[in-house]
Amino acid sequence: MNKPFAITLNVGSSLENKTGTWRTFRPVYTKRLSPCNNACPAGEDTQGWLFHAESGDYETAWRHLTQENPMPAVMGRVCYHPCEGACNRGKLDSAVGINSVERFLGDEAIKHGWKFAAPAKESGKRVMVVGAGPAGLSAAYQLRRMGHQVVIFEAGPMAGGMMRFGIPKYRLPREVLDAEVQRIVEMGVELKLNAKVDNILTTMKEDKFDAAFLAVGAHIAKRTAIPATESSRILDAVSVLRGMEGADKPMLGRRVVVYGGGNTAIDVARTAKRLGAEEAIIVYRRTREKMPAHDFEVEEALQEGVMVRWLSTIKQVGDGGSITVEKMELDESGKPVPTGEFDTLEADSVILALGQDVDLGLLDGVPDLTFQDGVVQVGDNMMTGYAGIFAGGDMVPSDRTVTVGVGHGKHAARHIDAWLRGSRYEEPGKAELANYEKLNPWYYTDADKTVRPMLDIIRRQSTFDEVQGGLNESNALFEARRCMSCGNCFECDNCYGVCPDNAVIKLGPGKKFEFNYEYCKGCGICAEECPCGAIKMESEAT
Amino acid sequence: MGFQPIKFYQTGTFTVGNRLLPPEQRSVQSGMERANALNSGHRACQGCGEALGARYAIDAAMNASGNKLIAVNATGCLEVFSTPYPETSWQIPWIHSLFGNAPAVATGVAAANRVRARKAGLPDSEVRVIAQGGDGSTTDIGLGCLSGMFERNDDVLYICYDNQAYMNTGVQRSSATPPAARTATTMPVGPEPGNTFGQGKNVPMIAMAHGIPYVATATVADLRDLEYKVTKAMSMRGARYIHIFVPCPLGWGSASNDTIKIARLAKETGLFPVFEAEYGEVVNVSKIRQRQPVEDYLRLQRRFAHLFGKKARLDVIERFQQMAEQNIRNFGLLADEKVTVGFRSSEHRK
Repeated sequence: MNKPFAITLNVGSSLENKTGTWRTFRPVYTKRLSPCNNACPAGEDTQGWLFHAESGDYETAWRHLTQENPMPAVMGRVCYHPCEGACNRGKLDSAVGINSVERFLGDEAIKHGWKFAAPAKESGKRVMVVGAGPAGLSAAYQLRRMGHQVVIFEAGPMAGGMMRFGIPKYRLPREVLDAEVQRIVEMGVELKLNAKVDNILTTMKEDKFDAAFLAVGAHIAKRTAIPATESSRILDAVSVLRGMEGADKPMLGRRVVVYGGGNTAIDVARTAKRLGAEEAIIVYRRTREKMPAHDFEVEEALQEGVMVRWLSTIKQVGDGGSITVEKMELDESGKPVPTGEFDTLEADSVILALGQDVDLGLLDGVPDLTFQDGVVQVGDNMMTGYAGIFAGGDMVPSDRTVTVGVGHGKHAARHIDAWLRGSRYEEPGKAELANYEKLNPWYYTDADKTVRPMLDIIRRQSTFDEVQGGLNESNALFEARRCMSCGNCFECDNCYGVCPDNAVIKLGPGKKFEFNYEYCKGCGICAEECPCGAIKMESEAT
Repeated sequence: MGFQPIKFYQTGTFTVGNRLLPPEQRSVQSGMERANALNSGHRACQGCGEALGARYAIDAAMNASGNKLIAVNATGCLEVFSTPYPETSWQIPWIHSLFGNAPAVATGVAAANRVRARKAGLPDSEVRVIAQGGDGSTTDIGLGCLSGMFERNDDVLYICYDNQAYMNTGVQRSSATPPAARTATTMPVGPEPGNTFGQGKNVPMIAMAHGIPYVATATVADLRDLEYKVTKAMSMRGARYIHIFVPCPLGWGSASNDTIKIARLAKETGLFPVFEAEYGEVVNVSKIRQRQPVEDYLRLQRRFAHLFGKKARLDVIERFQQMAEQNIRNFGLLADEKVTVGFRSSEHRK
């Protein structure tokens, strides 16, 4: 203690004074799960690829996206985007148009001819995939990336499954589908068309496959017993939509009645309109609120002149297309009950859109399988009761959408890969959800969602041109930048700026930040003012 | 033209920086090369608004003056926590004399600089002078010296960090303490608890009344606006005054992590009008972006706790709301409103 009079401290800078010892809570950088990622049935890292799109690096964004989903141009058109329903920005102004940016990236990839990389090395294992729909293609892509030899057996004359034979052209142009399928084939995936598998065990044995992934779509229309005369023309929606892909378009007549309330009913009614029907009437037994079809599709159909008879069932189809319709009403529990009031409609054809079943014939003779409600049961690892046979898509219990199918394919591929190596794939644990309360939305610029252009109504009623347009470069960039990067640092420098103690170290572009715990007093301003909720405070007590 | 926000870049000018911004649009604070004029290891409390405001302001002034800057400090928290002899957090030439004479000392430093410049054959000194202090030294003890400095139009930028009381001596009332606030000398007792209504000084308006070239107010909640004002002030000569609103977790009884939030609410409620004035005339105001009721601001601070709870003083809260409304009217704080206050008597200064 050899100091001058009245001096207790060493002469010098305050850096001698390690104020970090004051701290009772410490800030920690964290990554939380964004709601969009959490909601995506295909498990896309939406926030992750938007991060690259925000800087205009579309190829990196596309490569990041396609780690989870090989078909963004398709998905950007047909996905019902639960991500946007979950988007935190919806609580601020309107959800980020994730789906439209995805489509933009998919279209950029097709325009520039971006390809998938070939696998780094071959595993020597052979996997067969049955069905070239969304689940089958997704599984084939993922398995090929992991180095396995993949052969897809497709019963139909073209790849795509329900994306081709179920979704009308005006929602998904076929050249887009073809381009994305072709890119998967070019990775070295073998695609066998018109190759219906009759017995899975026989094919696996004959062609020496180590595992199989089954993704047979629901192509068989459900029927209902409606009393009808011989001459009446009753079709099913699946055949009508499939018929659209052939050279001879279905003959539906001038007045078309569609029976059902799902998305397929809407699709087939809109298709009928485009084929020249003057009247396309959907008969549905409940109300619009209860309709399983997505409301925006109902809205688009109504705009195009499709009519709907709510609370109605078809009792009888008589001679000359005279249809007897019974009015329904909802009881207290919301179930439709008949009223005994009848009405008649005139129709040249009646199309039933009452749901679809899966042809499970290829599983005949496979032991240890469990079936329920017309689909095969699988475990968490997507494997059926028979070791080595996995299944996904419409043939297992699930929502029947393209996105779910792609997710099934990806998950099954990971489990198949692990199974082939004699191990088990463990799903990584989910991070804490970055809900709206974790954000500081003050910091985001006010910016409303970009609206995608719609095809004019006349062409929507008469042609199969795509209804919804895409974004261009500038508004795709704008839309991507509306992303709030929930739960994940996007380098806004706020923590670095707002620290009263200079206790945040900026590491430079792309390297983010570090806390300097020697001086951090634990005030928590950084965590409070982090726009995206990527900092949490932890007690020092533990 | 006033402060120009960046229209759309995800977070625009609201955040400190953004990886997507071109370098020329970034704030001084976002730069890895910022001066850090007030370095780590200072003894300010957790979440100190004054420490933050001082670094924001002095770093911006350093940037604007090419690092040729001398600071004169009045007595107060800023002086005590930054420089307990023989340690200092300041990384610039810095001088402290008495509680109330910082403006006069700064006048002297500026005069000395001018003499040196003239001897070197230069018209003006390259080295610039800032005087800074809290609201105690500015609005009470040093007001005479400050007024003199304004009146003589000395080439000094005076920055007041307003935390609305004498904090380092134990939270005593100053003439910047708001009404109803509890301090050590205005206890929440009796029919009119806390500080008295109808007293206190508005030093930014007093500064404007001197007709000096530049007067501005700012808060630690809007860094980009603060940096813009300091940079603009440094581009001018003569007496300039910037009044920065800096919440004090200790004296106000607020959570240390709420410092910026409280400053933001002070502006968004209208209780602290953010504006700039040249030669006695208001030339720009920061409009309210998301208007908030004064309760939201008051409730976060225990110095106003006696206005809430079982014996809530809704009448007092209403008087605060009226103060906010008056500011909103006078300064035109809502979109499309015009300023109605100002002094138009200082043409001779230009």
